[in-house]
Amino acid sequence: MTTEPDIVLSVRDLTVDFAQRQGSFRAVDSVSFDLRAGRTLGIVGESGSGKSVTARALMQLVDPPGRITGGSIRLGEIDIAQLPRRGEAIRAIRGADISMIFQEPMSSLSPVHTIGAQVMEVLELHLKLDRKAARARTIELLGQVEIPNPEQAIDRYAYEFSGGMRQRAMIAMALACNPRVLIADEPTTALDVTTQAEVLDLIGRIQRERGMAMILITHDMGVVAETVDDVAVMYRGQVVEAGPVDQIFHGATHPYTQRLLAATLKLEQPAERPLPVAGAGPILTVRNLGKTYQLGIGAFGGKAKGTLRAVDDVSLELRAGETLGIVGESGSGKTTLGRLILRTVEPTDGEVVYSPPGAPAVKVRGLDKAGLRNLYSEIRFIFQDPFASLNPRMTVRQIVGEPLLINRRGSAAEINTRVTELLELVGLDAGMMARYPHAFSGGQRQRIGIARALALDPKVLIADEPTSALDVSIRSQILDLLIELRARLGLSFIFISHDIGVIRYFCDRVAVMRRGRVVEVGDAQTICTSPSHPYTQALISAVPYPDPRRPRMQQRARYTETTV
Amino acid sequence: MLLYILKRLAYMIPTLFGMSLVSFLIIQLPPGDFLTSLTSAIADSGQSLDQASIDRLTALYGLDQPFYVQYWNWISNIILRGDFGWSFDWGQPVSRLLWDRMGVTIFVSALSLVLIWALAIPIGIYSAVRRYSIGDYVFTFLGFVGLAVPTFILALGLMYISFTWFGLNVGGLFSPEYEQAPWSLAKFIDLLQHLWIPVVVIAISSTAALIRVMRANLSDELSKPYVVTARAKGLSEFTLIMRYPVRLALNPFVSTIGWVLPSLISGVTITAIVLNLPMAGPLLLRALVSQDMYLAGAFILIMSVLTLVGMLISDILLAVLDPRVRYQQ
Repeated sequence: MTTEPDIVLSVRDLTVDFAQRQGSFRAVDSVSFDLRAGRTLGIVGESGSGKSVTARALMQLVDPPGRITGGSIRLGEIDIAQLPRRGEAIRAIRGADISMIFQEPMSSLSPVHTIGAQVMEVLELHLKLDRKAARARTIELLGQVEIPNPEQAIDRYAYEFSGGMRQRAMIAMALACNPRVLIADEPTTALDVTTQAEVLDLIGRIQRERGMAMILITHDMGVVAETVDDVAVMYRGQVVEAGPVDQIFHGATHPYTQRLLAATLKLEQPAERPLPVAGAGPILTVRNLGKTYQLGIGAFGGKAKGTLRAVDDVSLELRAGETLGIVGESGSGKTTLGRLILRTVEPTDGEVVYSPPGAPAVKVRGLDKAGLRNLYSEIRFIFQDPFASLNPRMTVRQIVGEPLLINRRGSAAEINTRVTELLELVGLDAGMMARYPHAFSGGQRQRIGIARALALDPKVLIADEPTSALDVSIRSQILDLLIELRARLGLSFIFISHDIGVIRYFCDRVAVMRRGRVVEVGDAQTICTSPSHPYTQALISAVPYPDPRRPRMQQRARYTETTV
Repeated sequence: MLLYILKRLAYMIPTLFGMSLVSFLIIQLPPGDFLTSLTSAIADSGQSLDQASIDRLTALYGLDQPFYVQYWNWISNIILRGDFGWSFDWGQPVSRLLWDRMGVTIFVSALSLVLIWALAIPIGIYSAVRRYSIGDYVFTFLGFVGLAVPTFILALGLMYISFTWFGLNVGGLFSPEYEQAPWSLAKFIDLLQHLWIPVVVIAISSTAALIRVMRANLSDELSKPYVVTARAKGLSEFTLIMRYPVRLALNPFVSTIGWVLPSLISGVTITAIVLNLPMAGPLLLRALVSQDMYLAGAFILIMSVLTLVGMLISDILLAVLDPRVRYQQ
């Protein structure tokens, strides 16, 4: 019989209310769980489920008007739920007994203080170390989180670090006082998959070494399966199901958990969809396309300090009726490539040819303004952020009708009819036309964006991370909608994403980009299961797999320059 | 950093040249010159100036020469000999008038600036941290009153109050008996009695404006994730607010120094006239009206220099405060 490790933190019936103009909103509703030394509890849920508020409540960090209104949080003899929010007692616990890692390492670190100063502060505060001792300890900590050259890194600023390095600095800060509980709130959501894998490895190793209890908050079932021991699934403020990770993944009883898992697993294989017509000709051809940025030109001109080759000699072919995925990590040039094709960013060299069926081919780089405008009604963008890409002061009718209005397609009444048609096409109720974007959820907004893109009957859609801002269950709905539209309207897609799952689900062929170059192009299924280029292998193997019995990340392939 | 400052100083030379040229040109733009306004003034008083003396004066002042010669004479005298020329209107060297007035102006302005910051920064911080509290509403209300009341009304009001209630004569900077007296403790006390009104009047509207700026800046910063990080470390609320968001909220503040300097000199003209202060504003106004070109030119030039120096100071301070600015250089 194995003995359970000690309980470090015990949460019972935790309730958090946000006071509103009328009544209050219950963000966390009677949540209970225990944290044990050396074990990790994963709290999963979609946006608005209350998982982040729960985590913050454990440190009395919920901002007003939010307030803990019930339950207890026992850390040893102390009940944190009873401590005043700004009191000395809770401050002695924050950063010392319980510490936290946040989602956005850039904005969670002060931009005007050195990394070292921000770590040293905790040591001086809680361990009462003097400046010299704190500095020495900080260098040691930075070394432990595998930041290269800690002696120099200590005097650097957050913006001089890459995303992964920043998150390591955050981890060093959280670990400074050897806390008993570490709360990681979406610690890797803002990172690339390969960086994510490294950071999760690091957190896991440090946690095991120190025997800390840990909470990992995430929306990513893959991350949960790969890293945690126990899972609590949150939905609308409540824990709907909790248990060991294996039980949750293989014996989920609550319908919400089952739905969540189904939506995740659905994205682990290609969608059922009509295959593109074999032997179809290319509709869009990209030849040797490149973009060079001059770096460091000041206001007074002068010589460039160097050049950045954002996109380098890319040649691709989009066949009529197919979906071509472009996958890569941040900085790989995938977004720039999308913009170069439509010349919203002017290419430095290369050529793009648009050859619509039954019409003469067009060389995009030779087009004048009027020509480009015509092209823009044939090839259209779908944007990543459904919140930022819709004007909040325009009604849905105006947003969707705008391309029609600009291109003078019909009278007001005709535009109205067309908008109704488009909204129904993307699965929205046409009665919502008069409302403003804020009245819609993220998924609905993305549908509005798609309706706008379809307004002019385009032949090609370029979608730049259209689902990355959405929850997993909404994500597959949007992808299914795009698949259906592709078949009904005979569209061709260029689909830019960092998410391998989405690419595999949706794309016929994939181009893998790295540092501006295409390293591999091929059939989506082949690329996702047995890639041939070592970089693609590393990328694919770093993607967390949502099955605790088949972890993938731990055996991942690593890619360094020398393996080229 | 040193290289950066030197580079900035080097850039200032052509800018100054351009500014001096433009200001000299603008002064010359209105039709006529000083002699035209002089003859009309003399004609107004019933006398007349014969053509011979006009010609003599024209030649004496070099007013018949082409624009570039006049400009060259003016600027070369300033640079080579520190001679700002002769004020036609006052019959004195410009430099004497200038330094007299500039001394007082800078003294009063600097004092006001200190008062502005001493009031605006803490109140702004309070208002941002305790947003929508009673205190915030009170300061907001007072701030808007301060913004809305014209400075000259405020000046007149304060003068009226201190004269009728306290029997103090508060016009000017000194009581008549101390005007020409050498410096003494009594004169200094007299100065302080007079000084508070212009300082308060000049400070009040800028303070109100800066409170709003500080409140808005800090409110933005307070909701940033790094504040939560600092709180999660266990820092006390006061320490963390001072160390993180306030520090970042000061950046826009610092960048305003560049235009605060010249505006303190030219912006308080009305107040200075109402309060009969021997400051630069009224003198500049009069010089412009009477086309006393060398005096006006000198003032404008000095103000240009102050603007550039102010910009340089704020840029250097910004670079000291914010490493991101340094990084881009």
